[in-house]
Amino acid sequence: MKVLVAVKRVVDYNVKVRVAADHSGVDLTNVKMAMNPFCEIAVEEAVRLKEKGVATEIVAVAVGPKEAQEQIRTALALGADRGILVEAADVQPLGVAKLLKAIVDEEKPELVILGKQAIDGDNNQTGQMLAALTGMGQGTFASEVNVADGSVKVTREIDGGLQTVDLKLPAVVTTDLRLNEPRYASLPNIMKAKKKPLDMKSPGDFGVDVTPLVKTVKVEPPAERQAGIKVADVAELVDKLKNEAKVI
Amino acid sequence: MSVLVYAEHDNASLKGVTLNTVAAAQAIGGDITVLVAGAGCGAVAEEAAKIAGVAKVLVADDAAYEHQLAENVADLVAEVGKGYSHILAPATTSGKNFLPRVAALLDVQMVSEISAVVNATTFQRPIYAGNAIATVESSQETNVLTVRGTSFDPVAAEGGSAEVENLSVSKDAGVSSFVGEELAKSDRPELTAAKVVISGGRGMQNGDNFEMLYKVADKLGAAVGASRAAVDAGFVPNDMQVGQTGKIVAPQLYVAVGISGAIQHLAGMKDSKVIVAINKDEEAPIFQVADYGLVADLFEAVPELEKLV
Repeated sequence: MKVLVAVKRVVDYNVKVRVAADHSGVDLTNVKMAMNPFCEIAVEEAVRLKEKGVATEIVAVAVGPKEAQEQIRTALALGADRGILVEAADVQPLGVAKLLKAIVDEEKPELVILGKQAIDGDNNQTGQMLAALTGMGQGTFASEVNVADGSVKVTREIDGGLQTVDLKLPAVVTTDLRLNEPRYASLPNIMKAKKKPLDMKSPGDFGVDVTPLVKTVKVEPPAERQAGIKVADVAELVDKLKNEAKVI
Repeated sequence: MSVLVYAEHDNASLKGVTLNTVAAAQAIGGDITVLVAGAGCGAVAEEAAKIAGVAKVLVADDAAYEHQLAENVADLVAEVGKGYSHILAPATTSGKNFLPRVAALLDVQMVSEISAVVNATTFQRPIYAGNAIATVESSQETNVLTVRGTSFDPVAAEGGSAEVENLSVSKDAGVSSFVGEELAKSDRPELTAAKVVISGGRGMQNGDNFEMLYKVADKLGAAVGASRAAVDAGFVPNDMQVGQTGKIVAPQLYVAVGISGAIQHLAGMKDSKVIVAINKDEEAPIFQVADYGLVADLFEAVPELEKLV
């Protein structure tokens, strides 16, 4: 079974971003970039499927700037077999989903695994959109994935608990936090990854128009919250909550 | 303009977040139609018809929608939603699951989790874990939006008398089926709707110690949440996670216990009215957003808090 994994290059999750002075976006100059944490979980899940003998080949795909090759190389070092980078900047989720659909049509994977959301745009859309465009079932926010007999059972993190659905293959899965704990790439694997194939593509190769449909007017910092006071003990805290803030 | 609002419910009763979503629809303007899709959901439709400001309720009562499977619901909403200028759903795990699918079927770029309506085509939404607020303009034929409930005050649940129309549209995409669910049974209020939330972080050390928080919560009628660190460590289930990739809460009172205050956590709770932090590390970033900070060992402070409230 072939598994396609999507990976996105985003600001490292430890970075506290600042809004650009001209309010056009956030300032990404000299900021550390990394693979989106949910995509790391997606790659890990694919690699585990391969280790279990369920998956036979893992293709890592990214849509992003030329530098996103680094994130594909990371996926290759973790165990993906080859990579495809569609070079295009600032593509919105629908555009990404259309590009992924074109790749799915060519590669015909049985399973596509994506992160549930990227921590830059916080959109949480691409996997669901890809599933819609390909007509596949979707197991979003997955905390457990079991492939057997032409279908995949996905346990999903939902408000208030867990839901399990059964999807016919091929299907789309998006990862939540508890699905697995991603490994680190070993140095020998990082070296080997450099020799694995990585195809460079452009949206034009697939005839996909990725013109943004939603326009960003401006980006501003959120309202700052002022630090309050320190209280000496629990008694003072309860007194303040009862008599000053009047919230209990 | 005409706005279609997708109702969130459990086939028995309407979820409160629907009222916040209707509020966002009112801010957009135009006629508001509420779509109730489920199985045996007649009572929900009656409730929806009473919501203030709703002109019409559409009901799709069919086994295919019983468990809100995204494949079936999206096919329905994409068909019913044609002709509306806006389609809204609450930014819950259900809305987040099916609405992007609707948007793709309609060839629309969705706008996720709006926190404010500037005008009918311009919206604000948090990005980068709430460290930036983007104002975006979407002038597509249909604007598809999820709504962050805590950013909109709910409309009145009573006062309306909308006409109810039954739809006989059965959409079974045939690619997915429901196997089962495990829902946490709790007498405490739901996290996103609670007036008081008490959350524990890595400082709680293990899941058993959350019992201390449950005791305080029960005295205050509070919900209990957790930081990602506590969820990652396996102390508590994921649906208790407050933060960028978990639940967004904005209660009257938020008590952070043993939580350092990573930006991802702050993204989920910094709109709370009053924030209390209890942490033994006085340098913890959580104190920078707390109205009341208590530098103390939580294992002493929390039991004392339970006694005094």
